[in-house]
Amino acid sequence: MGLLSDPNRRRALISMLTRLNAPICVVCYFAGVAWFMGLAFEPFTLRTYMSENAMGSTMVEERFPAGERALATGREFAAHKKKVGGMPVDWLVKNMQDRGLEVFTQSFSRTLPFPDENKERYIVKGTNVYGILRAPRAPRTEALVLSAPCSPGDSNNQAVGLLLGLAQYFRNQIYWAKDIIFLVNEHDLIGMQAWLEGYHHTNTTGMSWSPLQGRGGSIQAALSLELSSDVITSLDLVLEGLNGQLPNLDLANLFYAFCQKIGVLCTIQGKLQRNDWDSVSGYSHTVQTMMLMVMKQASGRPWGDHGLFLRYHIEAATIKGVNSFRQYKTDATTIGRLLEGMYRKLNNLLERLHQSYFFYLMPSLSHFVSIGYYMPAFGLLAVILLLRALDLWVQLNTPPSTTEDGVADIDQQSSPGVLSVLTPLVISHLTGVALYALPIRFQETAVEHFPVSETEAVVLTAIAIYTAGLALPHNTHRLLSGEGTEQGWRVLKLVAVLYLAVLLGCTALINFSLGFILALTLVPLAAFVTPHVPKVLSAFILVILSPACTLLFSVFFFQELQEMPVSFQDGWLLYLSVISQGILDHSLYGSLVYPLIALLVYPCWLLFWNILFWK
Amino acid sequence: MTPYGSSPLAGSTHDALTRKSTTASRKMAAHRCSCWSWLFILFSLSVFVVADIHETTPVNDHQGGVDHNAQTAEQTADLPAVEGRRWEATEVKEAGVDAAADAQGTSAPETVVPSSVPQPKDDFQEELVIRPLHSGDIYASFQFRTLWDTDFMRENKVSHYRLFPKSLGQVISKFSVRELHISFTQGYWRTMQWGQPFIPSPPGAELWVWFQDSVTDVDATWKELTNVLSGIFCASLNFIDSTNTVQPSASFKPLGIGNVTDHSFLRYATLPREIVCTENLTPWKKLLPCGSKAGLAVLLKSEKLFHSSFHSQAVHIRSVCQDWQCKTTSWELRQTVNSVFDLHNSGQAKREWSLFKMFSRTLTEACPLASSSKLYIDITDNPEGEQFELSPATSLLSQAVVLGDRRTFSVYDLTQETTFGSVRSLNLLIRWKSNEGEMLRPLLHAERYVAGYGLQTGEIHTLMYNNHPYRSFPVLLLDSVPWYLRLYIHTLSVTSKGKDNKPSYIHYEPSKDRVKPHLLEMLIQLPPNSVTEVTVQFERALLKWTEYPPDPNHGFYVGSSVISSLVPSTVAMDTNSTRERPLFSSFFPCKEESSYFVRIYTEPLLVNLPTPDFSMPYNVICLTCTVVAVGYGSLYNLLTRSFQIEEPNPGLAKRIANVIRKMRGVPPL
Repeated sequence: MGLLSDPNRRRALISMLTRLNAPICVVCYFAGVAWFMGLAFEPFTLRTYMSENAMGSTMVEERFPAGERALATGREFAAHKKKVGGMPVDWLVKNMQDRGLEVFTQSFSRTLPFPDENKERYIVKGTNVYGILRAPRAPRTEALVLSAPCSPGDSNNQAVGLLLGLAQYFRNQIYWAKDIIFLVNEHDLIGMQAWLEGYHHTNTTGMSWSPLQGRGGSIQAALSLELSSDVITSLDLVLEGLNGQLPNLDLANLFYAFCQKIGVLCTIQGKLQRNDWDSVSGYSHTVQTMMLMVMKQASGRPWGDHGLFLRYHIEAATIKGVNSFRQYKTDATTIGRLLEGMYRKLNNLLERLHQSYFFYLMPSLSHFVSIGYYMPAFGLLAVILLLRALDLWVQLNTPPSTTEDGVADIDQQSSPGVLSVLTPLVISHLTGVALYALPIRFQETAVEHFPVSETEAVVLTAIAIYTAGLALPHNTHRLLSGEGTEQGWRVLKLVAVLYLAVLLGCTALINFSLGFILALTLVPLAAFVTPHVPKVLSAFILVILSPACTLLFSVFFFQELQEMPVSFQDGWLLYLSVISQGILDHSLYGSLVYPLIALLVYPCWLLFWNILFWK
Repeated sequence: MTPYGSSPLAGSTHDALTRKSTTASRKMAAHRCSCWSWLFILFSLSVFVVADIHETTPVNDHQGGVDHNAQTAEQTADLPAVEGRRWEATEVKEAGVDAAADAQGTSAPETVVPSSVPQPKDDFQEELVIRPLHSGDIYASFQFRTLWDTDFMRENKVSHYRLFPKSLGQVISKFSVRELHISFTQGYWRTMQWGQPFIPSPPGAELWVWFQDSVTDVDATWKELTNVLSGIFCASLNFIDSTNTVQPSASFKPLGIGNVTDHSFLRYATLPREIVCTENLTPWKKLLPCGSKAGLAVLLKSEKLFHSSFHSQAVHIRSVCQDWQCKTTSWELRQTVNSVFDLHNSGQAKREWSLFKMFSRTLTEACPLASSSKLYIDITDNPEGEQFELSPATSLLSQAVVLGDRRTFSVYDLTQETTFGSVRSLNLLIRWKSNEGEMLRPLLHAERYVAGYGLQTGEIHTLMYNNHPYRSFPVLLLDSVPWYLRLYIHTLSVTSKGKDNKPSYIHYEPSKDRVKPHLLEMLIQLPPNSVTEVTVQFERALLKWTEYPPDPNHGFYVGSSVISSLVPSTVAMDTNSTRERPLFSSFFPCKEESSYFVRIYTEPLLVNLPTPDFSMPYNVICLTCTVVAVGYGSLYNLLTRSFQIEEPNPGLAKRIANVIRKMRGVPPL
């Protein structure tokens, strides 16, 4: 910092930075992207390792024998489910009681803000059933959760069967030190949300539920099981939770270790691990895996029933059974043994899982990228904004050409300057508030006046408001008295660039993927936009790089990554449903991506739009 | 589990002494026992005539007890309306704080009858109660009672110990203890499934002591006492200090004689994290006159005892009346072990249970020093033998009102040879016939949990259920919360049935950081058939980094809250039932039975506090230092100092020239 204390050297440094600003920015951008792509290259990543000693060094034996019986229970459950036409509560209660558990039920109801067309539900009423296996000589202070959703149709019956089978087997074991809660939740995430809110007696989303009667103390870890076939080829691990939160890496390590031990094929993001990292196809495979994780994390929605646990600082993951056309099959007994092993190790925990990483990306199940490795990629992008801000600051500070009465000039210019910055700032944020609040409020009016369903009404209103925001510069100019000056847009851009830097920095700290994806599109836009660039071309680029279009591209890209490419027509429909899901996630589970985009990112983008049309 | 080794009083002298006296007094004891049993039979017969209770149960006598039954049949043949079972009077279990002293005097046959025989100076009784629970589990409760007519306070030097353990006697006299209650519990008593225990205790260790008025510095005495007890019981009681000790104003009254109200002589502390194991059981067993060599204590084998769902061992010392008039007092030492065995674990397919299966021992003799040694089996739920089958059967029955409920027990008197039958050993066997395990609805039960998420604030919820259909009753709630949960007492709310329920008495002592915990005592009226919810919000304190335990991410324990109450009895509830009682006795519910004392403990809480990442102190120190030194320091420098270009330093030649010019009086260069 002696560099800055010395005025001469400071001047030299600043002049170099301003002179070489554009090339440095370009280099930084490409370096950031290259760094990010390099993260998937195996020699650059670390192998996963078990950090928690309580789970690492102890040996457990897996002896679960009753896979066939569990499947039979699953079939019985399916029959009862069909008969009742929903959750067979009485049957489940009786079955859990017979297995020696303390059984409780919780009923809940929730009216969605608008109908969910993907899952075809609007007014949701349901019942959760859970049984607590009390650990002998334990004072009810710690618990583990095993949950299986009661899904409509024929799916997940095997999961419930296996859950009941494990409950019966666990009940006869003596080594439990923590209570184990076996939960069957109806209406997947809504039921899970109701149960978790009931357990912790919070109400964040305005759901109505009946209070829980039995508890097991503070929950240490949870697994959610999804299993829809009698035999499986592989198990898939789902980690991404609400708002991009991830469970402690040790939970993933534990799953991987037991898959290795028992000999079950395991995948993450549905991708098997490959050994040929040095070949191009091997590398692109790991990139795909990592990009899928980035996309899922950036979406901020829970990708399994486990996702809601993370808010309560409970480490949780979903394990999905996948049955594909592969030869090698795994039966229910083996899955039961795997779960038994995992629970025995979790039972050995002395402390909460905290030793390993909470912020990571996984290019494969055996390798991970920690926060220390991926943050520089974002840092390189964010530094562009700071460089641009410095450049603008220097430009603002260089005295104007008229040297004698420069002081008077600046005074004259700065007083409309404050207003010229404040007006677009306020107006664009008001547009953001409208985008956030109006779609749900105006759905009834929209349905009355247009031939659309409620869901379509909400989504189309959102898009309409978003588009209407593009007319903002005219409105702003009408409000402004004088003409925008050269100084004016510089000040506005300085504010906008710093605003964006803070916004992206904070987002990336909480949800790296979201921050990085937004930075990829917004940073170049923020760097180049001025009133003097060609208007039509720049406007086109600006729209292309806006958050809504980023989302559209992400939808196509995600489908591409999942090897399920869609036509533009389907992609557009998918895009509309993604928007409605985002709004629903916010009101049902408290996902923060929609308010973040509507209230902060979109107004910030509008500022740059405003600068482009500066008069 | 850090045993505190060097206690001056934890000597083993009394053990040797006990062994000597065991052999010496066996003969005498045997003689006395037969004499006592004769008195018992006389007494029980007389009671039987008075009680005259309808009894239609056929006796299952196919094993072991044939000759015994024949004998009883002879004895009872000439009595009218007799089916074959004998009834025996049993003292009422201590029904409450007030009733405790009365119960001693009024209903114990031992203190009334033997006025003619020379009374021994000390006396030892042992009993085991086995109750098959609704859930299918088995509850076994051992009680060992040593009475000694001595006064530790007056004589000051009591040197000859016979049955009473010397280590405890010395503790009583040295620390001027009026009453001492200590319990070690592993597990939580599941009231919803098991009903009420005979002696409740919270998970972990609990200690409460009333000191004599003569003690001047109670805190210092308490501190010393906990350290000594820590040595005697091999437990971490030495971790009891001012941060977890409270002085309850109303919840813990003396259980013995004496009407003390000044609670400055009371100290109460719990260690919810204490783990109880063999090392605590062994010193406990050493306090028994027979050790674990004979009598019921042979069943206390740790490998089986710690294989249970619930284990609790306790020592209660108090002074009780010696006789009817209560002119002199004697000291009572009660040692109890309560455990619940899980049938799911031990017997897989066949639902049957035996003494051998539970304890891996059978009973062969009573403790020779014991004046009474009995085994009770609770058969209230099984009057017709439809739920389980008991073998060997006994014809001796006893009835008692325990915790507001009239219970019937089969009694096995271990002091009688016939109990052991021809094989010289008693192995009780229970075979279940029906298979049911439903939830109970105890009149009073409670639960507690922490609500909310995040590491900044939270809320403690305590739920108290009154399941009585038409009676409301008051409960005393005692909450002792460590200082690192900063209670927001203004958020305290008590609601039942959706309405605000104002406590009639609140005693609150705020905490002092690192010195003392919060104490909250409230008297709350529970409306009938309701749930009362007590909530209070708290803030989690950030501890100093040396104050964290080695496993900070495990969480911090908050001890159980204690709920004490006089609960309306279920016996009094069925005023309609005149089946078992004559009409003249059942119009007004009699006082002892109308309500009974219950103390229940809620779950302890495990609360996470904000915890620094201790795994990388080096990184943290480096980062912090770098940020402070480089980032903040230089920024501060840049902001506060103004920079000017200064003239370059003149060279050495120039400076010398200037000095010369100055001497010459010429202006410098």
